Amino acid sequence: MSSPDPSPTVSRRWFIAGAAGAGVAGATALALSHDAWGRLLTSTPSGPSRTLTAGKGILVMVTLYGGNDGLNTVIPYQDSPYLQGRPTLGYKPEQVLPVGDGLAFHPNLKGMKALWDAKQLAVVRGVGYPNPVLSHFRGMDIWQTASPDTPVATGVLGRWLDATGSDPMRAISVGNTLPRLLAGERSAGTAVSGGSITLPGGNALAPVLASFDAPGPDRTGLAAFVAHSGADLLQVQHTLADLLQSSTSGAGPGTTSTQPPAPGKAGKAAAGKAAPTDLAGGLGVVAELIKAGSPTRVYQVSMGGYDNHAQEKDTHARLMSELDTAVSGFMTSLDDHPAAADVVLMTYSEFGRRVAENLSGGTDHGTAAPLFVVGHAVKGGQFYGAEPSLVDLDNGNLKFTTDFRSVFATMLADVIGVDPKVALNKPFPTLSLI
Amino acid sequence: MAEATDPTRANIAHLLRRAGFGASPDEIDQAVRAGYRASVENLLAGLTAPDPDGDAVHLPDLTAARVTLGPPPADPTARQAYQRKRRALENQQFVGLQRWWLDRMIATSTPLREKLTLIWHGHFATAFQKVRTAGLMYRQNQLLRTLGGASFESLTQALAKDAAMMLWLDTETNVAGHPNENFARELMELFTLGIGNYSETDVQEAARAFTGWTLSPTTGEFVLNARRHDSGSKTVLGLTGNLDGTDVVRLITHHPASSRFVVAKLWSHLAYPVPTTDPIVGPLAAGYAQDLDVTSLLRAIFLHPGFTSPTARQGLVKQPIEWVVGLARAFGVDADLKPTGGAAPATAAATGAPARSVLSNVLTQLAQEPFNPPSVGGWPQNTYWLNTATSLIRLQFAASLGPRLDLSWLTAVPANQRPAALSHRLSIDGWGQTTLAALNHVSSQPAALVALAVCAPEYILN
Repeated sequence: MSSPDPSPTVSRRWFIAGAAGAGVAGATALALSHDAWGRLLTSTPSGPSRTLTAGKGILVMVTLYGGNDGLNTVIPYQDSPYLQGRPTLGYKPEQVLPVGDGLAFHPNLKGMKALWDAKQLAVVRGVGYPNPVLSHFRGMDIWQTASPDTPVATGVLGRWLDATGSDPMRAISVGNTLPRLLAGERSAGTAVSGGSITLPGGNALAPVLASFDAPGPDRTGLAAFVAHSGADLLQVQHTLADLLQSSTSGAGPGTTSTQPPAPGKAGKAAAGKAAPTDLAGGLGVVAELIKAGSPTRVYQVSMGGYDNHAQEKDTHARLMSELDTAVSGFMTSLDDHPAAADVVLMTYSEFGRRVAENLSGGTDHGTAAPLFVVGHAVKGGQFYGAEPSLVDLDNGNLKFTTDFRSVFATMLADVIGVDPKVALNKPFPTLSLI
Repeated sequence: MAEATDPTRANIAHLLRRAGFGASPDEIDQAVRAGYRASVENLLAGLTAPDPDGDAVHLPDLTAARVTLGPPPADPTARQAYQRKRRALENQQFVGLQRWWLDRMIATSTPLREKLTLIWHGHFATAFQKVRTAGLMYRQNQLLRTLGGASFESLTQALAKDAAMMLWLDTETNVAGHPNENFARELMELFTLGIGNYSETDVQEAARAFTGWTLSPTTGEFVLNARRHDSGSKTVLGLTGNLDGTDVVRLITHHPASSRFVVAKLWSHLAYPVPTTDPIVGPLAAGYAQDLDVTSLLRAIFLHPGFTSPTARQGLVKQPIEWVVGLARAFGVDADLKPTGGAAPATAAATGAPARSVLSNVLTQLAQEPFNPPSVGGWPQNTYWLNTATSLIRLQFAASLGPRLDLSWLTAVPANQRPAALSHRLSIDGWGQTTLAALNHVSSQPAALVALAVCAPEYILN
């Protein structure tokens, strides 16, 4: 392996160096290292900062697949159309967690409510787009490509990747598939199943992988894509190995101490090979990578199960509980870490659901819905955008009040710190929530 | 390589990969002797011919948990224990069912039928995760297998009344007055017409036509509950009347948009991905629209010049199921990587609880579990399967193959001929120069050679 680099900054050179040294690098177990990570030792824990460090903002996108029922997430619990439309699914005033404006969080969003109270969580209301589509697949594509009118192949953050370089570490999705959100024309985010990568085959395979994944006349079209994902894997593996080496040798920026890694509970969990199967596990990997100083600017994690056409109440309550535990646990796990101030998490789903329940005890596909934005730098405890009317409906569906592209523009401008134009084809007003 | 320069052989190897899961060198030789057209007819005949090798694969006991365990007890504590037991039994059956189908795909002598069953499974995507009853997933799988090559209308009619489908998309709880739109929407969007070819009103009206469609509590079969059915007038795609679900399926499967949709879907899975507007779709759709016969459509696709074009030859990435089944067939092993050489089929599962097979495990990691697609949209194609995570998982699995397989046939070949021997074995046309240079580097180490070869673009592409 190459000599320890004092800076965790990654450049394309790691591809070359990493390919040669991949076998020696072998197993990387980031998770074991974070307790000893230099920046932690030298930082002054002074409580949450309220501003992002320019150029250091980290966006965590939480994708909720299936169409989350917005009206049972941020609940208009005093509105009679809500109560009348939802005889079995509706929550009573005494069950919910009021947050003002006649709205309340789902009873299971206790951690999120605490974040709201601590002014670290904001709600953007009525998020949607003109001429809403009620298809899961087209709906999710519209969100992830930020292109409601014409289908396009690239994701909104994939276009940001295209515009800003080729390092595969810049955007990481936890899981075994890559959402379109992070797919660009020339660049793509990285999919990882955990915070560590062990290349197999030891000394026999390692030396040859670099030439195997190299460009060549037999590497065109889809074949080039196969080779390219292999090359990205080598680079990502090597970057993670480098982060580990920096931290275990105490060579983190400004570090004087050489404390050995302390294997903790979180370490064991994240060092395991299996991909996390729940949102908490996925966000756990993200937290480990952030703490290790990964040069990643965008993370994506997801959970599914929100398409509750029948018997919604118990299922949705379980999902809310899982979301709440995962998000509040993630924020807590970052709390003492200096990078915490730079992290902004947002949730989104392809659509909300119909105001009135159906006779299966569920709700059918709907339109606009609220979303959460969480972080120390977020101007929390506030609503952004107007609450959609429950009476002035479009074919039984809510009319959106905030264009979702305004949310993306805000994240691009104020978290990632780029001109939103690189990813959105026209200007959208930003929300002043960071 | 000799094979690479023989266009007929290359076309036939391509046909056998796309219309199945790859063939052995002997099977390719045999098909070359028969010729391309006769090979197409042989594959198509397999859609209805007996499949003794596939049928010999042991089917695990799929007796419904409710039957095995009896009705749930009233006592809350006993009920909890019962639910745990029931869930464990359901999961065990699911795992056994996955092994059965994988072994069937590996063993089959009618590969096109298994391939078409897999394509339809991804099309009418239904997942165990919600259905929870392996016996119903098996029934749906058999339905796809027996009707897959028939008329698309009869296939869709049968699926609309299929128990697993009705549980999956909530048809069984769809009641007049405030209908559940789940099935009606996905039927139009994903199964028959494609988005943009129907309105929201069409969805709502069609949902009314399927009200009262439910499952008999005694037989578990489709039954119409007339009291819950909306027998009022409905208008779907311009047709007005007291339509029921059968009328709606007939109407939409015969709609011109459906012809283009079905043709584009099968072309996309057998040749290369196309939108419904692609010029290749129209003429094929015109032929298909005559009688919606899937077998005739498949014949037209395989005999179409575009099917063997350079675009098609480079046009598909193997789905993970195709990749692992192809490997198992090429190396003569079953879903546990155990040799399939003997006459007796795998019957280990007959005794005791079946464990997850080796191939099931890697398919879970690669995000393509048979009987458990991630959503009703099925699995996306091509670059969906290519990212850093799947690269790593494929490499790890590939590296684990060497010690588990009998590679004496490879070791027996001089090192400099091993890359060619492997391409022959894997029924691909040969290696490009970048791949070959890397393979030559490890040709003295058979395990490493196999690991690299099966992860090479030449084999990852189908």
